[in-house]
Amino acid sequence: MDLLNNLALGFGVALSLQNVFYAFFGAVLGTLIGVLPGLGPVATIAMLLPSIYALDATPALIMLAGIYYGAQYGGSTTAILINVPGESSSVVTAIDGYQMARQGRAGAALAAAGLGSFFAGCVGTIIIAAFAPPLTELAFKFGPAEYFSLMVLGLIGAVVLASGSLIKAISMILLGLLLGQINTDVISGVPRYSFDIPELTDGIGFVAIAMGVFGFGEIIANLSRPAEHREVFTKDVKGLWPTKDDFFRAWPAVLRGTSLGSILGVLPGGGALLASFAAYTLEKKSPGKPGEVPFGKGNIRGVAGPESANNAGAQTSFIPMLTLGIPPNAVMALMVGAMTIKGIQPGPQVMTSNPQLFWGLIASMWVGNLMLIVLNLPLIGIWIKLLTVPYRFLFPAIVTFCGIGLYTLNNSSFDVYIGAFFGVIGYAFYKLGCEPAPLLLGFILGPMMEENLRRALLLSRGDWSTFVTRPLSAGLLLAALAMVVIVALPSIKAKRQEAFAEAD
Amino acid sequence: MKIKSQKDFWSGLMFVATGLGFAWGAQYYSFGSSARPGPGYFPFGLGILLALLGALVLFEALTIETEDGEPIGKWAFKPLITICLSIAVFGWLLPRLGMALSLPILIIICSLAGDEFHWKDVLINCIVLTIGSWAIFIIGLKLVIPLWPTFIGA
Repeated sequence: MDLLNNLALGFGVALSLQNVFYAFFGAVLGTLIGVLPGLGPVATIAMLLPSIYALDATPALIMLAGIYYGAQYGGSTTAILINVPGESSSVVTAIDGYQMARQGRAGAALAAAGLGSFFAGCVGTIIIAAFAPPLTELAFKFGPAEYFSLMVLGLIGAVVLASGSLIKAISMILLGLLLGQINTDVISGVPRYSFDIPELTDGIGFVAIAMGVFGFGEIIANLSRPAEHREVFTKDVKGLWPTKDDFFRAWPAVLRGTSLGSILGVLPGGGALLASFAAYTLEKKSPGKPGEVPFGKGNIRGVAGPESANNAGAQTSFIPMLTLGIPPNAVMALMVGAMTIKGIQPGPQVMTSNPQLFWGLIASMWVGNLMLIVLNLPLIGIWIKLLTVPYRFLFPAIVTFCGIGLYTLNNSSFDVYIGAFFGVIGYAFYKLGCEPAPLLLGFILGPMMEENLRRALLLSRGDWSTFVTRPLSAGLLLAALAMVVIVALPSIKAKRQEAFAEAD
Repeated sequence: MKIKSQKDFWSGLMFVATGLGFAWGAQYYSFGSSARPGPGYFPFGLGILLALLGALVLFEALTIETEDGEPIGKWAFKPLITICLSIAVFGWLLPRLGMALSLPILIIICSLAGDEFHWKDVLINCIVLTIGSWAIFIIGLKLVIPLWPTFIGA
């Protein structure tokens, strides 16, 4: 009954007044940015990182987690109502959800998305609580060689499942790893690539990179596109509850979406985005009840499945981060950064050294999900109003918060300059069609990877074969290799492109 | 030789140049041996690997046919320069002029990046955002940010 005891501890932490407040704040903020297209959880969390210096570790992480799963809820609202997915993980929701809204069934679509997400969120929380401890046990058996191989697997996993060219994505990882080399060498104490600039000997702040590339780069890219006209039909949002018939059609999809999302979330490179794509494909393939509306014409399963999957995936992607300290996606990379800021070394020891934080965070996810369902269903009308805020008011606000955030990182102007510099780089990546998320993953993992590689080589006296003779490490590397080979196979390659083309 | 994909061609070039740059820089640090890897060991290997992958991207850009040549398109220099410049200027001004003055300057300059610029909107934005930031960051989060110019405050 360890699980129950642990959850009791967690709920004790999560239900304290302060933590409930931060979970609520994070969930609201997440919904807000989920509703606003062009502002995602990565940029928001990056923007908020400096402010968590003033908070304790537990409320800080609870708030950041709230932003992530809140964004999954908010993103679906705009996808359904105005065909603008607020989040990349809601892209497929827009296909059937918007059609339902046009037929005046927006209420049913929103309710299906909300209830499906809530169910998935609850299941996801239980899965984390049940599987994190055994995984943590396993993690203690890891030596430097295993850690290195695991990071290779994690990085490769992150790119094979992403869209776009595989080689370019791997190159972006390497670029990130190299940028992570601008620091003081941990083992010998030699400053590297610092060009005698004292600030650079501490390394580039990853917040500066994240804000520059995701915040400023996105703004520049948005401003370079002509403003698009949007069509809103808020008037039609009435009759919130789905009919009995809707309910019967939707629940198998919710179950399928939840299981698929939970599995894909744990895999490196998984998370919400992949889960929702996979769930939509699965719903399309599975037979429906007779007399159903075809997909793409407003089928409720096309909303319920992906929405459950993306929420389940968002939850379970915490597992590798919490147990191994290895982030499976860019949001989790930022969470690792947040823990480091608060002086917590992410990894398997977090569960034993900070049980309050660990179980409190898990319990807060359930609390946050409950708040979200309460928040989202009645307040849909207000979220819609937000969409009428013109971009010319929005982007200076984002620039302002990023600017102040950058300065407060170290109370120095240097980080602000670095942020501006990476804004230019971010726009260049956008123009060249290079996905920046793998770069951030590489940057975060770079120093850890180097340390483990060098330690593993020291232990094996310079014998590189240590990575393939130790069974666990060899297995992890084999899995990474298998992923690359499978994705590179011509037939899968075509399928992969097709899957992502559908999403566009 | 015709470039089949502009985007891939230039990204390939970028990867090759950066990889070689880092590998070249790594020679200033001790390389060590594989039994005792030095500070230059990892970056050198990574740099070479990146250059090789970049070369592969380049090769693909020159050989694999694409539908439209994947052009990079026009660079939006106006937002690019305005946004990045406004942030850099803000970074320089903040410790000198304080938040009360440098924030409005940041907002005015960066608003120039958009298609529409109305003084009324921009002024509203300045007032709301400056007071909002003061309330959130200085009052709420108690961060140490100068509010007034150094020649008034101290």
